[in-house]
Amino acid sequence: MENNKENKEATLRQVKMHYCPGCGHTIAHRIVADVIDELGIREKTIGSAPVGCAVLLYDYFNCDIIECPHGRIPAVATGIKRTNPDKIIFVYGGDGDLLSIGMAETIHAANRGENFTVIFINNAIYGMTGGQMAPTTLIGQKTITTQDGRDADTTGMPIRICEMLATLGKPAYIERVAVNDAQNIARAKSAIKKAFKNQIEGKGFSFVEVLSMCPTNWKLSIKDACRFVNNEMAGYFPLGKFRDID
Amino acid sequence: MTEKILMKGNEAMSAAAVKAGCKFYAGYPITPQNEVTQYLSRELPKVGSVFIQAESELAAINMVFGASSTGARAMTSSSSPGISLKQEGISYIAAAELPCVIVNVMRGGPGLGNIMGSQGDYFQATKGGGHGDYRLIVLAPSSVQETYNLTIMAFDLADKYRNPVMILTDGVLAQMAEAIELKEPPSHHNLPRKDWALTGCKGRKPNVIKTLHLYPADALEKVNIMLDRKYKKIEDELQKCEKINCDDADIVVIAYGLPSRIGKSAIKKARLDGIKAGLLRPITLWPFPKKEIQEISKKCKKFLVVEMSNGQMIEDVKLALYENGNEIDISFLGRGGGWYPKPEEVLNKIKEVIGNGKQ
Ligand SMILES: Cc1ncc(C[n+]2csc(CCOP(=O)(O)OP(=O)(O)O)c2C)c(N)n1
Ligand code: SF4
Repeated sequence: MENNKENKEATLRQVKMHYCPGCGHTIAHRIVADVIDELGIREKTIGSAPVGCAVLLYDYFNCDIIECPHGRIPAVATGIKRTNPDKIIFVYGGDGDLLSIGMAETIHAANRGENFTVIFINNAIYGMTGGQMAPTTLIGQKTITTQDGRDADTTGMPIRICEMLATLGKPAYIERVAVNDAQNIARAKSAIKKAFKNQIEGKGFSFVEVLSMCPTNWKLSIKDACRFVNNEMAGYFPLGKFRDID
Repeated sequence: MTEKILMKGNEAMSAAAVKAGCKFYAGYPITPQNEVTQYLSRELPKVGSVFIQAESELAAINMVFGASSTGARAMTSSSSPGISLKQEGISYIAAAELPCVIVNVMRGGPGLGNIMGSQGDYFQATKGGGHGDYRLIVLAPSSVQETYNLTIMAFDLADKYRNPVMILTDGVLAQMAEAIELKEPPSHHNLPRKDWALTGCKGRKPNVIKTLHLYPADALEKVNIMLDRKYKKIEDELQKCEKINCDDADIVVIAYGLPSRIGKSAIKKARLDGIKAGLLRPITLWPFPKKEIQEISKKCKKFLVVEMSNGQMIEDVKLALYENGNEIDISFLGRGGGWYPKPEEVLNKIKEVIGNGKQ
C-alpha cells in the first residue's frame, strides 16, 4: 500500500488510523481495501460502518459509506442491497455489534441469503466502550465486567457464530480466519476476496469471521496478543471453512 | 377518471405508496395495520419494488434507513408498540436528514394495550419519541380519501425537506372502508436532486452518511443549529388545517383524525340548537397549525379539544393560545384506551362549556 501515496483511486486513504498499536482492525481494513482494489469495485462499493472502534471507517475508506446504529448493520445493508442489486455492499462490525445487540439482524440476513459480504471482527471484547465482556469472550477471560474471569454458569458460553450460521440453509460461504501472523493474514485475504467475489457473482450471503487482537483491553503486549489469538482463541474458535457452495 | 373504489384506510395508504413510486417497504406484523403488509407484499413486486417482512420493527426501520440512503423512496408502517421500537432508527434517519415515510396506526396503550383505535401516541409523534433534538413532519388524515392523498404528499414532503414524515392515524380510520378516487400523484420535477445518495462514488467524491460528529468540538452543535433552521422553515411553510364555521363561532372544537369527524356532526347539531360552534381540524400535527388557532382566538374565546387520549394535543393548543398571554377558556373531552366520542357527548360538552361562560 505504501507505494500508492498519491493514488486517489486507492480504497485505503493514506491517513494515520486512530486504532491502538497492534489492533486487528488496522490489518482487517488493509485487507478489505486491498481486495476492493484488486477486484476493481471501489466505485460501485457501498460500505457500512459499525458502532464500535471501527465507527470512523469512513475516514479510511475512499468509497461511499453509511454509519449504522449499533447492531443494525445487516438490516441497513439489506435495505441498500435490495434497492441496488448491482452495487457491492460490505458489512463491517464487531462482536458486540453483530453477535449481541444485532444477533437477530445477523441471523436473519444470513437466513434470507442476502447477497452481501460480512466482515465480522471477533476480538472477544467490547473495545470502544472500554473492555466489557462480549458474547465471544472466552471462559476465564478477564474483562471489566468479568473481573474474576468469564463464568459460564452466569454468563453462558462464547458464541461460535460460524457454526451457528452453517446450520442455516441459505448462506453461500462461511469461513473463520485470523490476522495474528503473516500466514493467517494471507489466508484471511483470500477468504475475504472470495466473500466479495461471491457477491459479484450473485452467489449470496458470504460471512468471514476474523479473530482479531485488542491488546489494549486484553492488557497484553502486541506480541502476547498475537499469541493469545493462536493459543486461546483459535482453540475455541477453530479456523476454517464452514460453508462453501462452490 | 373519477371512478371510485371501496378501500380501507390501510389499503389506501398502501395504494398511495405504490402510486408515489415507493421502491422499498419493510414492516413487521401488528394489528391494526396488517392490511398494509398484506397489500404491499402483493403489489410492490408487481412494479419492480421491494417488499420485506422484517424480523422486527428494529430491522424494518433500519432497512428503510439503508434503502433511503441510496435515494430510494422508502416506507415502513406499524402500530404503537412497534413504533416505539423504531424510535432509535427514526432518530438516526432524522439526524442523517434522509427522507422516508413512517405510518403509525395508533392502538390503545400504554404497554400492549389493546387493538382499538387510539390517539395516545401524539406526544411520541410530535415531540420526538427517540433521542435528541429532532422533528418529524406529522400528518393526520380524517378519511380514507385523505389517507390516500396525505400518503402521496408525505413522500414529496420527505424528499423536499429531507426529513422523515409520519402518517399518524388510528385503528378505526385504518380499518374503515370508504369509496375513494386513486388520484395520480403530482410530478416530481421540482423536488431537489438526491446528490447526497449512496450510489457508488463513480465520477465523484465518496458520499458518507453518518450521524456521529465528534470533531471539531462544536461539530454537533453546528448540525443542531442547521437542523433547527430547517425545522423553523418547515414550521413557517407547512402548517395545515381545515376550518368549518369558525368565522362567527363562540366556541371552536379542535380535533384531528376520527374525533374531528364526530366533532363535525356535533357542531352541526349545536348550530341547530342555536349555538355558534365551529371546528378546527389540524392536518399537520407537526408543525402544529398554531397561526390559524391564534387568528381564531382573536374573536373566539372558548375552545374544546377532543382527543382519543387523556389529553396530549391540548398541550399544543395551550401553547398556541397562551403564547400571547391570552385569557382563553380551553376545555377537554377525551380518554385513552380505545374510547371514542359520540356526537351527543361532544354536543353536551359544547353546551356545558358555553353554559359555563354565561354564568
Ligand atoms: C444502542 C447502543 N447501545 C450501546 C452503545 C454503546 N456501544 C458503543 S460501541 C459498543 C460495543 C463495541 O464493541 P464491538 O462491537 O465488539 O466492537 P469493538 O469496539 O470491539 O471493535 C457499545 C456497547 C451504542 N452506541 N448504542
Ligand atoms: S481498544 Fe482494542 S479494538 Fe479498539 S482500537 Fe484499541 S486495540 Fe483496537
